[in-house]
Amino acid sequence: MKCAILCYNDEAAVFSWTKEEDDAVMARLNVVHEKWEKAGKLKPSIRLLPTSAATTLRKSDDAVLDGPYAETKEQLLGFYIIDVDNLEEGLAFARELTAANPGGAYELRPIMIYNQGA
Amino acid sequence: MSDLAWIEGALVAARPQAVAALLRYFRDLDLAEEAYQDACLRALKSWPKNGPPRDAASWLIMVGRNAAIDSVRKRSKLTELPDEDVLSDGEDAEAAEADRLDAADYRDDVLRLLFICCHPDLPATQQIALALRLVSGLSVKQIARAFLIGESAMEQRITRAKAKVSGAGVPFETPGAVERAERLAAVAAMLYLVFNEGYSAGADQNERAALCDEAIRLTRLLLRMYPAEPEIMGLLSLMLLQHSRWAARFAADGSAVLLEQQDRSLWKSSLIQEGLALIDKAMRARKSGPYQIQAAIAGLHADAATAEETDWAEIEQLYAALELHTPSPVVTLNRAVAVSKLRGPEAALTMIEPLAERLDKYFYFHGMRGAMLKELGRAKDAREAFNRAIALANTPAEAAHIRQHLDALSVQK
Repeated sequence: MKCAILCYNDEAAVFSWTKEEDDAVMARLNVVHEKWEKAGKLKPSIRLLPTSAATTLRKSDDAVLDGPYAETKEQLLGFYIIDVDNLEEGLAFARELTAANPGGAYELRPIMIYNQGA
Repeated sequence: MSDLAWIEGALVAARPQAVAALLRYFRDLDLAEEAYQDACLRALKSWPKNGPPRDAASWLIMVGRNAAIDSVRKRSKLTELPDEDVLSDGEDAEAAEADRLDAADYRDDVLRLLFICCHPDLPATQQIALALRLVSGLSVKQIARAFLIGESAMEQRITRAKAKVSGAGVPFETPGAVERAERLAAVAAMLYLVFNEGYSAGADQNERAALCDEAIRLTRLLLRMYPAEPEIMGLLSLMLLQHSRWAARFAADGSAVLLEQQDRSLWKSSLIQEGLALIDKAMRARKSGPYQIQAAIAGLHADAATAEETDWAEIEQLYAALELHTPSPVVTLNRAVAVSKLRGPEAALTMIEPLAERLDKYFYFHGMRGAMLKELGRAKDAREAFNRAIALANTPAEAAHIRQHLDALSVQK
């Protein structure tokens, strides 16, 4: 089962972490990453740049808007692509991420590849 | 990280919005700060037990507001009747839960709080100190260390600055479009001052260098609230691109490394990517401004894999555009650097000679002039210019750099 784990957190808080705090969280997350990568279950992980760098194109009036699509309390900050046996295993991965991360939420969303791209 | 550390992060992040909204309610800086402190104390008690609220800022505003109203009531029984103004919001305090906070209010609140720190009567250093204290919530001790002065001197400086802005009457009416634009420009300039304070730190001055991160954090906040302002995008982009080079700017012995000699693999690519994305986006609006132009120049440097690949032609054009926006001999001097790469030292020298009088006390002018003369083989004139530069050097690192030029001249002879 291919799945994306979408990582949500309060962007303002995450970008207010000191370098030491940020490094500590990353170090703990990396332990989890390595374990699942070794098992061959972790595919690419994507980190999204802050929402202030985002641009949104709306179909209805072809408006190009500065900022993310949705203004929310917590923002989508990145995602993992994983290939696990079942949802239970996906949740186990997400649970380890949660333990390593001081806040936020992880959404598991099954995915299918519809175009391999270049 | 413990829960406590996470809570502290959330409190720091929510502070500008919370203090700014409390200032709108109470119209008094000290009261707003006190209310925020109170709310933080309650958060430290309640959040570990009940979990953090989804919207930390709203929670802090409501709790802070109620706490301050309580304490004003209590105090008033002991001393005098409360000021009518202070209690103007008192009646609906019970309905606070239902009180939806308007995002548009938020942005004007935060802008106002930042704008207060930009009072034109305050010298730059006081503006920065006040912003770091009021908006960022840094302790007086932290700020004093960043400025390399004593704590009591900094305390005095901040108290004086606060008294000045309080006496000046804080602008509470919702700003009109023109006024909002003026405030944004003043705030942008102040944030850039904070950044430059950090940028000018030496290799071993971590406390001071941290001001760069703080300026970036506050500018990100401002941009989240005003996401369509090209100059704010430009400012953030400029900061990110400049800051991306931090690790490469100093040698092991602490001396400064010039851009051309920097190890580009040490440049922080996440900051560069974000900076380039922002300037790209800003320029779509076709409302050019000095921050965008400077960011675009920094972007061209960041984008070059080696110093030789730098797009000097484009950089020269951008400096020409910057001259139109903000004419200054220093901008022309920078343009001349690009000209020297494109058309050689003679052309650059012709360009900077007319600046001699206005930049006579400017280290970089004489350093640049010396370098051009040296390239042209005019060793005697070059030596004179370098000697003048050394006399004007602001740091030992600057002087050391010129001395290398002088040494090279002696070898040439």
